[in-house]
Amino acid sequence: MMKKLLLGLVMLTGMVAPALADYPKSWGLNLQEPAGVLAQQMHDFHDMLLYIIIAISLFVLALLVWIVVRYNSKANPVPSKTTHNTLLEVIWTVIPVIILIVIAVPSFKILFSQGRIPDADMTIKVTGYQWYWGYEYPDQGGINFNAYMIPEKDIDPSKGQKRLLETDTEVVLPIDTTIRVQVTAADVIHAWTVPAFGVKKDAVPGRLNEAWFKISKPGVYYGQCSEICGTGHSYMPIKVRAVSKDEFAAWVDKTKGPSAEPAAAEPAKESGDKDKEKETKPENKDDAKTEVQ
Amino acid sequence: MSAAHDTHDHTPGFFTRWFCSTNHKDIGTLYIIFSILAGLIGGAFSVMMRAELQDPGVQFLLDGAGAPNGHMWNVIITAHGLIMVFFVVMPGLIGGFGNWFVPLMIGAPDMAFPRLNNISFWLLIPAFALLLGSAFVGGGAGTGWTVYPPLSGIAGHSGASVDMAIFALHLAGASSILGAVNFITTIFNMRAPGMTLHKMPLFVWAMLVTAFLLALAVPVLGGAITMLLTDRNFGTAFFRPEGGGDPILFQHLFWFFGHPEVYIMILPAFGIISHIVSTFSKKPIFGYLGMAYAMVAIGVVGFIVWAHHMYTSGISLDTRAYFTAATLVIAVPTGIKIFSWIATMWGGSIEFKTPMLWAIGFIFLFTVGGVTGVVLANAGMDTALHDTYYVVAHFHYVLSLGAVFALFAGYYYWIGKMSGRQYPEWMGQLHFWLTFVGVNLTFFPQHFAGLQGMPRRYVDYPAPIPFEEGASWVERTKFMMHETWMHFTDATYKSPIDWGLHGWNFISSMGAYISFASAVFFVFIVIYTAFFGRRVGENYWNAQPNTMTLEWTLPSPVPFHQFEIQPQVK
Repeated sequence: MMKKLLLGLVMLTGMVAPALADYPKSWGLNLQEPAGVLAQQMHDFHDMLLYIIIAISLFVLALLVWIVVRYNSKANPVPSKTTHNTLLEVIWTVIPVIILIVIAVPSFKILFSQGRIPDADMTIKVTGYQWYWGYEYPDQGGINFNAYMIPEKDIDPSKGQKRLLETDTEVVLPIDTTIRVQVTAADVIHAWTVPAFGVKKDAVPGRLNEAWFKISKPGVYYGQCSEICGTGHSYMPIKVRAVSKDEFAAWVDKTKGPSAEPAAAEPAKESGDKDKEKETKPENKDDAKTEVQ
Repeated sequence: MSAAHDTHDHTPGFFTRWFCSTNHKDIGTLYIIFSILAGLIGGAFSVMMRAELQDPGVQFLLDGAGAPNGHMWNVIITAHGLIMVFFVVMPGLIGGFGNWFVPLMIGAPDMAFPRLNNISFWLLIPAFALLLGSAFVGGGAGTGWTVYPPLSGIAGHSGASVDMAIFALHLAGASSILGAVNFITTIFNMRAPGMTLHKMPLFVWAMLVTAFLLALAVPVLGGAITMLLTDRNFGTAFFRPEGGGDPILFQHLFWFFGHPEVYIMILPAFGIISHIVSTFSKKPIFGYLGMAYAMVAIGVVGFIVWAHHMYTSGISLDTRAYFTAATLVIAVPTGIKIFSWIATMWGGSIEFKTPMLWAIGFIFLFTVGGVTGVVLANAGMDTALHDTYYVVAHFHYVLSLGAVFALFAGYYYWIGKMSGRQYPEWMGQLHFWLTFVGVNLTFFPQHFAGLQGMPRRYVDYPAPIPFEEGASWVERTKFMMHETWMHFTDATYKSPIDWGLHGWNFISSMGAYISFASAVFFVFIVIYTAFFGRRVGENYWNAQPNTMTLEWTLPSPVPFHQFEIQPQVK
């Protein structure tokens, strides 16, 4: 049992299944499957860190085990009198410094690739509310809608729907597109995140925070509010459906409709009929296929 | 250098002795008792949380209509955090062991300001009462221990609960500041002749650095929560964007306090561990000066890393880069400490008595918590992990398995000195192993849940509910025991359902039950030892002359007044 766990720890990178839907997996050990360059960078960096920190922990453990075996009072009745060793002290100061530099170089690289926002192909604006998310697409004729969690009683697991993760309206986004996300909040602080894209940004009232991502493959991706925001904190998920650029264009056309009013043409399959602005999703004939991991 | 103790102790009557105490040992004892009682309450909150998270769906925290009550959840996590930080770890390590052993170790008859010492303790009682009371007013404070506005503002919490929590922190903060002033004065002015700063025991060094951190950090918290209080009640807008304020300002102020605070909780632990490792290895501390100045370095650097708690809040890119670099630096002095402890044991002749087990457990588990801290230090990586269970796992490894291990280590090391009675060795060892297994089961799986993206402070998590409605706790537990067992023992076993985060949460909850059972057992040990423990002499660990600190020259228990003839340190 321990062996299997240890094996799993060592082989963390090999644990991911080919996934089109990203959400916490059963007995998952590692970060979620990346679906974008930022998440991929984090994934690689985390793999590197994992080797380093496991090595350090095992090194310390091995020293302690050796001490227990070799320097217990039976095995070593007379204690040594050594209290200083300048060389040793220099070594255990310098080697950690070197390790930290090895860590810092890729660390800054991924930090700057997250933080320097490239010229974006499109922008979405996300607003956190107690307890739902509002979305705006300023570049797509001002499409806007709110996304509420589908309550548990309306969840249909046979369609691959997941408790606490489904929203009545999906955020549809194109793949292979540099997307800038602007995040703010209307009441208290929330945090918008999609782990598969490598993005997490606090939604702070009075501020417009920015982040960016580029989705590498179509699919359904989930996130959950990541800053305590009151009684419904656990109940304001983020659901993104990533589609091809063509499908996205079609979705925009349909959603925008002839008037500025958001279309309410197609009844949502999740049946979360709420009296609020509401968007339809693109046609996804292979819905079932994409939603099953 | 031993002092004469032929005078009889004239102890005051019960009320005067325990309610108007000016004696550092009695006040230390009060602090320790307080810390244990608060620990049971804080621990009970953790069991409630783990019971709720054991299985997906909300089983316990329901409102009157049977719907999940997320606010009650938030109140519980807030209470757990505040109690453990302000009313368990700090009173235990600083007020308890600090009060007891700083004067003894430096050869002083008492603290510099005995009455200040008394009020430091007695301020904690109303503070704790206010904090517990806040749960019953206006629905309770469900803000998290970080009390971020606007959630903690009047719009997020309109009742008086947050105001009460703020007053609780004011009182606890005043208590800490007064205690810190007392320690600084005592350590600088009341050391025995010959005890230069560079001959001072490491626990006293730790307390000196801690006291400075307290004196510099806690007032900032006081200012921040006072501004919050006026925002809530008097129309100011320090943190309200609609009035030109900024919620991020609060985060900066809070963490300018909050980060030193975590070192406030761990530095005294470092000191205790140093003495235990040295005593039981029968060797002086390896690299004493390096150890002392590593603590000073940790204290100093601890003040310039605060915004690593705010990487995702929208602070600028260069700010994040700076705080990443500064935070990584902390690993260096921490590494020096770990390796110096190991080098102290190296070549030693080690007795594995209960305090030493806790100390070795501390060293390893603190290392584990430390390396995940290195992961989190990287702003780029923290984007994925911020506010997930990975963070929860990390800080419980350094605090719950670090600072709390040191609390237990200190208790077993010094209880004979404090009470004159020794705990039964087998009980101490059993307590250690139970706790060791329990806390690791609790917190190690949380790394995985966090990597998978489980956010903190969630009352429920996305996993299918595999039970029929109304399944009893026993049924649910049996079911998941079987699933867990099959998962780890049978590689070919394919569970019929995708369990999501259920598995790790289940194991974590089982660990929490074991840990709590072990804490209850500890209370039994404390009571048993106090009344039936074996009587011990002054140097019951047989501390060698080259590892000995002054408390071992005194009788056990230490008389009411000690060092009536000032000891000399060569």
